[in-house]
Parts: sequence; C-alpha cells; structure tokens
Amino acid sequence: MTAGSTSSEADRDVTDVLVGFARTLRAYGVEATPDRLHSMLGAVDSLDVTSRDDVYWAGRLTLCATPDEVVRYHRAFESYFGGEVAVQQRPRTPVVMVRAVAVPIDVPEEPGGEGEEDTETAKAATASGVEVLRHRDLARLGPEEREQVRRMIAMLAPKGPVRRSRRRSPASRGDLDARRTVREMLRRGGEPALLERHAPKVRPRRLVVLADVSGSMQAYADATLRFAHAAARVRPGTEVFTLGTRLTRVSREIRGREPDAALEAVSAAVPDWSGGTRLGEQLKAFLDRWGQRGTARGAVVVVFSDGWERGDATLLGEQMQRLHRLAHRVVWVNPHKGKDGFVPATAGMRAVLPFVDALVAGHSLAAFQELVDVIADDRPPMRPVPSSAALSGGSRA
Amino acid sequence: METLPQDPQQLAEALDAAGYLPDEGVATAAFLALRMRRPLFLEGEAGVGKTSLARALAQVLGTELIRLQCYEGLDAAQALYDWDFPRQLLHLRAAEAAGVTDVDKLEHELYDRRFLLSRPILRAVETSSAGRPALLLVDEVDRADDEFEAFLLEVLSDFSVSIPEIGTVRAEEPPLVVVTSNRTREVHDALKRRCLYHWLEHPDYEREVAILRRRLPDATERLASDVTAAVQRLRGQDLLKPPGVAETIDWTEALVALGARELDPERAALTLGALLKYREDQERVLRTDGLGLAASVLAGG
Repeated sequence: MTAGSTSSEADRDVTDVLVGFARTLRAYGVEATPDRLHSMLGAVDSLDVTSRDDVYWAGRLTLCATPDEVVRYHRAFESYFGGEVAVQQRPRTPVVMVRAVAVPIDVPEEPGGEGEEDTETAKAATASGVEVLRHRDLARLGPEEREQVRRMIAMLAPKGPVRRSRRRSPASRGDLDARRTVREMLRRGGEPALLERHAPKVRPRRLVVLADVSGSMQAYADATLRFAHAAARVRPGTEVFTLGTRLTRVSREIRGREPDAALEAVSAAVPDWSGGTRLGEQLKAFLDRWGQRGTARGAVVVVFSDGWERGDATLLGEQMQRLHRLAHRVVWVNPHKGKDGFVPATAGMRAVLPFVDALVAGHSLAAFQELVDVIADDRPPMRPVPSSAALSGGSRA
Repeated sequence: METLPQDPQQLAEALDAAGYLPDEGVATAAFLALRMRRPLFLEGEAGVGKTSLARALAQVLGTELIRLQCYEGLDAAQALYDWDFPRQLLHLRAAEAAGVTDVDKLEHELYDRRFLLSRPILRAVETSSAGRPALLLVDEVDRADDEFEAFLLEVLSDFSVSIPEIGTVRAEEPPLVVVTSNRTREVHDALKRRCLYHWLEHPDYEREVAILRRRLPDATERLASDVTAAVQRLRGQDLLKPPGVAETIDWTEALVALGARELDPERAALTLGALLKYREDQERVLRTDGLGLAASVLAGG
C-alpha cells in the first residue's frame, strides 16, 4: 500500500520507471519477464518506494535466480539509477559479458539445388562414398561433404554408463519392500501375501563435455559442438563448456532440437573465438565453480583438445589429477591422434595422459563413432597408478 | 503470536535478539517473505548461515520450526505422510481375535488419523493455525532429485494435502517456507520463480567479529579480531573450500579451548583442521603463510 493518497499519476511514474529499468535489465542479461516484474511491484509495495535501497532489494529478490544474475542485476541497477549502491554484501563473482562475434561455425545456407552439386551429393551418397567420408579429416571437407557429415553426427546417440540412484521402484527381484507387502496383507485381511520387492532405479551418469574451440582446434569446433548437441539431446542433464580464451558454460544454449539453431545460440554466447588456450587455468575454473560442487562428480567427462598448452604444463597436470579423482571416467579426444605417426609428445599431452582413462581420436566421423562406443563402455575403468614422474611433476607450486 | 515486524529494520533487531546477526539483504529478504507470503529460497556456500536464519526466524515469530532434510531419493512417503502399516496389521489381528465381525467399522477404524504418520510437510500444514503459521524448512533441496522438486512445487502452490482414505487437509493459514540450497546443482527454474531468491555471501569483517563475540563470549576481543582478519584473508585466496562462518566459529572454539588469547602460529597450526577441511588447503596455507602470521615457526609444516 503506497503511503498516503498518491495520485494515479505518481503510480504511473513508478510504473514507467520500473518498465524502463526492466529494459535496462534485459540489456544486461537479466530476464525481467512480466510475471517477475509483477512480483517486484508487489515487493516494492511492501517496502518504501522512495528508498533506493528498498527498491534495489525488491528487484534483486524477485528478478534474480542465480548468483551470476545477481551480479548483472547489481550493475544494471547502478547504471540505470545512477550512483553506487552501498550494499553491505557486494556481489563478488565476475560477470561474463556476452559479445556477439563473427564466428567460424558455418550455418548452412538455403539449399540452392544446382546441377553440379547434385551429382557431387549423389556421389557421396553411395555406400563406398559414405565409407570414405567416415574417415576423412573433418578439417578438410568440402561444403557438401560437411553437410552430410553433419547429418550423420546429428544421428549419433551417445548412451552411457548408468549409476544406481537412491530411489527405489517395484521390481521382481531385490530387497524386501516392507510397506507394499504389509499393505497387500491388509488387503487380504491380514493373511500372508506374496512378498513384494523393490530395487534401486538406475539413472544415466551425467555427461560433461569440455570443448576446446579456439586456436588450433577451431577447424574441428563445428563438428565437436554438433556432437555435444547430439549427446545433449539424448541425455538430459548433459553439461557442455567451451574452452578458449575463457571458460563458457553453453549447456543451456546447446539444448534444442535443431542443431543449427543450437549452434547459433552457442556462437552468440562464446565471447572470443581467436586466441590461445590456457587449458590448465580454464580447467581449474571449471573445477572450482562447477566440477568440485557436483557437476563432475561421478560423471563421464569428455575433453576435446589437442593439449596444446602455452607455457608450463604443471597446472594442467594438477587440475587433471583433481578431475580424475572426481569423475567416473575421463575421456580425452585429440584430433591429432587420428593422424599417422602421432605420439603424445607435447608437454600438455604428457601432463594429462596419466589421468585419462581413454584417449580417442576426434578427427573424423569414424572417430566420433568410436567415441560413442567409448562413452557407452560400462566396464569399470582401469585406473593406472600415475607414474612417479607425473606425480613429482604435479607437485603444487 | 508475536506481531509481525513493520519493516526490515524491526525484523533485523528481532533477529539480533534471537542470536542471528543479519545484514540488510537478509533482513529485507526475510521481511518480504513474511509480508508477501512467498517462500524464501536461500542459496549460498556451505556454512554461510542459511539454516541458522530459519531457526532464528522461527524463534522471532514464536512458531515451531519443522525441518525437512532433503536427500537423493526423498519421496512423498518420507516428506508428506505414511501409514503405520504394522500397527494397522496388529489392530486387524487384535480385532479378529476379539471376534469383531463388522467389516465396515473395522475398515473405517484402520484408516483413522491415529494410524497416520505425519511427515514434515503434512505436519507443517496441520500445525499452521490462523495467526500462527508454522515455519517449514526444506533444507538442502539441491540434494534431492528432479522428481522431488516437481512434487515440492506442487505442494507449495496450494498447501492442501489430499489423503485418499481420509480427505483433504487444508492449512488454516499457509505455513512459511524457507528453502535452502548449497548450489551443488542447478535447482529448477520453476521452483526458484515461485520463491524470493537470495544469494548469501560470507559476512564482512565487522559482522563476522560481531558474530564471533556473540556466539563465544569467552573469546577475547583480540582473538576474535585476529581470527576474523585471518579468515577474511583466506577467503580471498584460492582454496578448494573457503571456510564459512560455521568453520570460523569452530576454529575459535578450538583456539579458546587451547587457552589462546590471541592468534599465534603454533595454536593456529594445531587447530587448522577445524577451519580447513581439505588437506591440500591446509598444506598450502601452512606453506605460504596464508593466515598472514609472522610464521617462522611453520617451516617444514
């Protein structure tokens, strides 16, 4: 209830201000949907509309849903209402600014349907053509071949290992379900009944994809992300992150039925596609913010990268050890492995190898299909004891 | 029933009297939750004071705190209600032995209130009376799974529990709800949208000192400020698990137990396990003098 008998004009002013604020919020990346704004108005009503701090809190408590949004809200508020908000708990997490950048991911144009292209497509569609295509290096495909490979990637469905959950459901074999048994007995007037049983339900293990999409991996970025999209479609709860100049979580953007639309959303979310990768740092950022808290725990983690680390690879080794301890299985996909004469000789690859359960090539469609099999492999991973060299090299600096 | 506070400041003072020192954000969040009758969703690191806020709030309102601890696999039977089947069976057998033959009456007796086990949510609904709503704490909802979240969302929308054999139980006045989460996974948007969302950070220096002095009156002022300075410093460093207020209090208690009147390197090293729960963090702090003590003693720690 607003104080006193304010005229409708004053009410309108308040509404105008808030609507303007909502526009600023959206520009800063906070979803100010109408129902939430309505809640904010309700909250402002309960507080003092003339106090800046009160309005700040009314908005923050109704419009934000994650700590990142809180930070963005804070900046938007200061920008719109001017000045600084003297809040005792100033939000501290860094903001991820989203910039739309021209991107090396190709979104196919409308099918033209010229004569020559038809024959080429027809050629690739024959059985032997498909077989050859499967083994071609993804970085060196022509446009039609790329299209076809994309379609085939979209059809991959990486199922994977499962884990037992705590929830139990009725089963024909398993532990005794006392409740249901007694209930059945009651129905028969207390006479003994067949014993009912229940067993733990199984849920698929989470799949986490960390995709290096910058620098030397750019050529494979498109195919990698399409693979991630295919996986996310089949397994709800898949988390996808891109590694480049910084770590970006694209799990939300990559969800969606159409691969092209999903990839467009992803490319809009990743801030910078050029520049080198600092794998160790970004792996650490992933583990600190998500991995350690439960995203990587007991999950199947697939890292797409050539392991090219700038400078010292010690940090990378340490972080991989952390990841290895948290995850159920760690799979490393290196496109160079598919090439002849590949030996994991770079400092980066040597640092990560002791902590990787499977090293797979990722340069062709056939390699992706092999990756699907590796992910689905449910045998308990053989954990080799890391060599003493790896351990001493990985001592904390 | 205590009267509701008129503004966040009043509520802050009441919480202070109950032993919880809130900052502006927490006081406003709790106040709005009471006023608007919306659930309060508290998210933050472990040990930052979410559960204690719910307790203090219950004390301020003079109402019972009903706690539902979430875990994976938590289902409606554990959260809402269950039938005491063994007792029902006994009742049935006893009636049979006594030669009771009225089947309808027997059945009616079987599904009576006295055989109903009220679990937290139903208890909150039952004990909420007009002018005296209960406080339901749904603790660590991120540990429960998606199915439970959907169930919780349904319950939060109208607070009426329908028990097929008995009827619908509706709350005279909807209970107040506080939901906490440690953010080990993303809780579904729909649930958060239903609530007022507040992200709880670690307290700042002054507040943490005040909390320490309030909780541990035996600690000297010097010790409290030393400890707080050290912990605030640690939080800025790159630890696997930065300590929360709960850990600060534990550490101070340990130091006081060892007779410390200020923070000195030996006792700090001895009691570090109360503050840092990861071996890597402890080693790192000792090696790099993360506590900021002139630690010539700690070589080889």
